[in-house]
Amino acid sequence: MSFEVQDTKHAPLKTDEDVVKMRKLVREEMTAMGFGLVDQTKIITAASELARNTLRYGGGGDGEILRISNGIKIGVELRFIDQGPGIEDLELALTDGYTSGGGLGLGLSGSKRLADEFEIDTAPGQGTTVTIRKWKML
Amino acid sequence: MERIPILRMGKLLLVTIQVDMHDRLAMTLQDDLTSRIVKDKAKGVLIDISALDIVDSFIGRMISNTASMARILDAKTVVVGMQPAVAITLVELGLALDGVITALNVERGIQMLEQHSDQ
Repeated sequence: MSFEVQDTKHAPLKTDEDVVKMRKLVREEMTAMGFGLVDQTKIITAASELARNTLRYGGGGDGEILRISNGIKIGVELRFIDQGPGIEDLELALTDGYTSGGGLGLGLSGSKRLADEFEIDTAPGQGTTVTIRKWKML
Repeated sequence: MERIPILRMGKLLLVTIQVDMHDRLAMTLQDDLTSRIVKDKAKGVLIDISALDIVDSFIGRMISNTASMARILDAKTVVVGMQPAVAITLVELGLALDGVITALNVERGIQMLEQHSDQ
């Protein structure tokens, strides 16, 4: 599906506090776009999980919040970009309960369930970019 | 250092989380609560999360762990005031908060804890 980007906001993800700031930015953006409370809560929670991954496993990185449109619907796209070690076994990393770092192993798999679309671009030594999208119901 | 206040009411400890917690703050609260259960000989812990807009897996785990630690220290934990959107999201995330006792509001939560501490 093709769509155009209408606006982009940047959020550095270097500290625990940055994760909180990113959550706040996502909420502001989704409120301004008219998303409902449940959709906001789901995407902010997913953002929190993914931003934490960027910080813990990617060694920090950057978050991006994009306003997108496919001509019919508008949506929000979030990107979590790090230059860390990358993910060796993606299938394993997406398994519920699997963790390489002492967490619950719900970050990636749970975020995938909370968003409408989920993409991950990673390779060992190449860093990781996770993208999620939520479209607004008309 | 930033801290979430813990209030004592008889044999109960009350915590109202009113800030958007980062991970270190959540861990500090877990440590503070377990220390206070012992120090104050508390029989119950009430955690009010009605002001929390989200509970992600980290905060969820902190709540679960706190409840488990409290149980080992002979105190019961009740989590109150979860927003409906938070409950929907938690279940979809895959976190059912097994073993955590919940109540709809502070009043009911205190009733549950007082019954326990009278036993």
